[in-house]
Amino acid sequence: MTLAMEPSHFSRRAVLKGGALTIAFALSGERADLFAQDGGGPPRILDAKEVDAFFAVNGDGTVTVFCGKVDLGQGLRIAIRQMAAEELGIGVDKIKYVEGDTAVTPDQGRTSGSSGIQRGGVQIRQAAATARKALSELAAQHLGTKPDDLIAVDGQIRPKVGGAGILFADLIGERRFDLKIDPKAPLKNPSSYIIVGKSLPRPDVPAKCTGRNIYVHDFTVPGMLPARVVRPPAIGAKFISVDESTAENLGAKVVRIKDFLAVVAADEWMAVRAARALRAQWSAWSGLPEQDTLAATLRSAADITDEILINKAAPDAPRPEGAKTIAASYFWPMQSHASLGPSCAVADVRADAATIWTASQGTHGNRATFARFLGLPREKVRLIYLEGAGCYGMNGHEDAAADAAIISRAIGRPVRVQWSREDEHGWDPKGPPQLLDISGAVAGDRILDWRVEMWLPQATRGLPNIPLLGPEAAGLDQVRGLNAGQISQNGDPPYAADNVRILVHWLKDAPLRPAPLRSPGKPANCFAVESFIDELAAAARVDPVEFRLRGLSDARGVEVIKRTATLMKWQARPSPGPDKDAPIARGRGMAYVHYKHDETYVAIGMEVAVDRSSGKITVERVACAHDCGQIINPDGVRAQVEGCILQTLSRALKEEVKFDRSRVLSVDWSSYPILTFSEAPKVEIELIDRPTLPPLGAGEAACTPVAAALANAIHDASGVRLRTVPFTPERLKAARNQQST
Amino acid sequence: MDSYTVRINGFTRSVEASDPDKPLLYVLRGLGLTAAKYGCGLGQCGACTVLIEGRATRSCQTTIADVRDRAVTTLEGLGSSSSLHPVQAAFIKEQVPQCGYCTSGMIMSAAALLAEKAKPTEDEVRSALDGNLCRCGTHVRVVRAVMAASGQAG
Repeated sequence: MTLAMEPSHFSRRAVLKGGALTIAFALSGERADLFAQDGGGPPRILDAKEVDAFFAVNGDGTVTVFCGKVDLGQGLRIAIRQMAAEELGIGVDKIKYVEGDTAVTPDQGRTSGSSGIQRGGVQIRQAAATARKALSELAAQHLGTKPDDLIAVDGQIRPKVGGAGILFADLIGERRFDLKIDPKAPLKNPSSYIIVGKSLPRPDVPAKCTGRNIYVHDFTVPGMLPARVVRPPAIGAKFISVDESTAENLGAKVVRIKDFLAVVAADEWMAVRAARALRAQWSAWSGLPEQDTLAATLRSAADITDEILINKAAPDAPRPEGAKTIAASYFWPMQSHASLGPSCAVADVRADAATIWTASQGTHGNRATFARFLGLPREKVRLIYLEGAGCYGMNGHEDAAADAAIISRAIGRPVRVQWSREDEHGWDPKGPPQLLDISGAVAGDRILDWRVEMWLPQATRGLPNIPLLGPEAAGLDQVRGLNAGQISQNGDPPYAADNVRILVHWLKDAPLRPAPLRSPGKPANCFAVESFIDELAAAARVDPVEFRLRGLSDARGVEVIKRTATLMKWQARPSPGPDKDAPIARGRGMAYVHYKHDETYVAIGMEVAVDRSSGKITVERVACAHDCGQIINPDGVRAQVEGCILQTLSRALKEEVKFDRSRVLSVDWSSYPILTFSEAPKVEIELIDRPTLPPLGAGEAACTPVAAALANAIHDASGVRLRTVPFTPERLKAARNQQST
Repeated sequence: MDSYTVRINGFTRSVEASDPDKPLLYVLRGLGLTAAKYGCGLGQCGACTVLIEGRATRSCQTTIADVRDRAVTTLEGLGSSSSLHPVQAAFIKEQVPQCGYCTSGMIMSAAALLAEKAKPTEDEVRSALDGNLCRCGTHVRVVRAVMAASGQAG
């Protein structure tokens, strides 16, 4: 059938100006009401202060949890169920679960910053405690007893002394609580837990192992058309002209809005071929800095704002004789999320409402952004989370969703946009480059001075979201600015020092569009800090673990370091070790972080072998002690810690975005390699459970000390100190040659 | 529009394609068999791995013409939730996937390895999976699961 576009919508007219746009492919099926809610019940309460926002007690005895945080594979679907089930007093198998749908789940903020459990889960737990208290009070009226004499078990409230109880469903099934979350509603005593603390399996795993999990990449709606966006060959290039026949000959149609160019076809392969074949002219652009001198470019940036984060001085402390002063500079390059699947999204944009299916970690937060560039009221934009390929902050998911929305609005049909591998590596927002200078003075085991200067891109105050590519190219309204997350944290030492000064030079710009990338900024800051503490320990000829412990007063910090040392069978001696001139030099290193200074404690130890002639670094073993407070699901935490370690090992050993003055050059897996199976070391993890303390995040903290532990192990093995990531064989050889001259 | 006869997961199917170079990956996904994933289209990541006549093959680098009259197995056909392949069962038991986007390709590569060699060493497992990339860092569990699936639980 031929679809005649009604030219009533301004954006469609823009597309149609070259003549009637006809799309000659079969469209099937009816479009359902975009805002029909599952089950068709009364509208959901979305106010996160209300118990009803998080729970619905169903008539069949189940409870549905509505979670604003989303599961990206990190296990929230089971962990949050465990927290809710435990606190409500119902079996975890009786909990149904809905996540990340702006129409039905409350806004709990972006799923980022390791906040899923420690904020999202804790919020839901308090709602559950409030609900349990209310259910107990209701049951007390029915049973003619006091709430304190009742207990919630197996989805019912019954007397503690035994006897018949009343099912939640009979107390409030299909009705609302109409109750604000009570921050003082008493929580269960952790010593009574029967669900929290157990390694229950993640519910999405069987479907992922049988091919039945529906990713956003697999999702379809009736009448949906596949599209690919055609980006310019240079990042800031402007559109000049396009030969539409190059795509039309392949059965595809071209959509062009200002500098936004895309092809739409009847099937995915046609869209791929058309996107490849499309011939367009773009203006020249070469606004990127030289890669080889990037660190110097950051250092010499003129437009900066200085901020002193810490300025602690002990002016009266007498300066001992024989103090050694050292200084070092550390650099972390831009890195990609390098998601295994290129970003994808489905959008159905109509004149009066829009629905977007996206793997975004922030469906709620993106609602206003999408409403703004689509020119719709916020409440008429619905974003529904569907799993995508792993994302660790913000990859291209939101961009693909905006692409799909723009094209859907232009052609008046639901659209699926699938990015190519080149799109993802070339255009996903990047972890920013980080440069740190540290100088310090040490006398014996006492740190006299510790000064840090960092060069970082400055976050734009009040920026709702990182600007998206599609609206920018199409000239649509969005708020501009930068944000890469809390990238200045953990740049100061956790160890005692007489004088500490931490200065950030906030840069107005970043070479490539930055975004938070797992444990934003902190792997680089900790790399510098925890390398430098080893450099000071080496200068003082003290064992690096011993040196750390002398300056550390936090008992939980001390414990993770000691436990990691035990796992490593650590033998105290100064670095480098005796093996350093051997052809294959072996050594060990340690690094520690107290994440964000008030969250999870992690120490990581590594054993490496360094081939001095080839420069090849082999990580043979990793040990990690990890204290994230109360553990909800031990296997879930373990999986996250393993992932943190191996992913950051990949970043430290191999990853650097390559670019010329116009574009990203590392646009596939051979130019941007990541860790392979042959390179993955053994990983030994010891979890420290603190059942009576608050649960903290486990999705990021263990990323943070990885590069430092590796650098310290390389130095211990070979005497070569690496201060620039990634630690490629070429870097190792260059550093070896430099140090031996 | 040419017609190709392909045996997919035990069923003989007739597939229409106007382009003989259309990659098998797009054919399969167009048929609703979405376990095989588009990861790179370059044969570099392994997310699209399927079995062709029992051999692990990148479906993004295989054309519809290449598989005419041949047997293709996807993850959907390797086992089902009621009758899991040993590698699938081990992946579930070891709770391997995080995002799971690479999982289908991993399981297919591992199943092909075990069909060829029932008791591989750990190094052989790693080597057989080196063409399958994982971004979430599940490598340790993948290796453990494949060893367990071969009856060599550590």
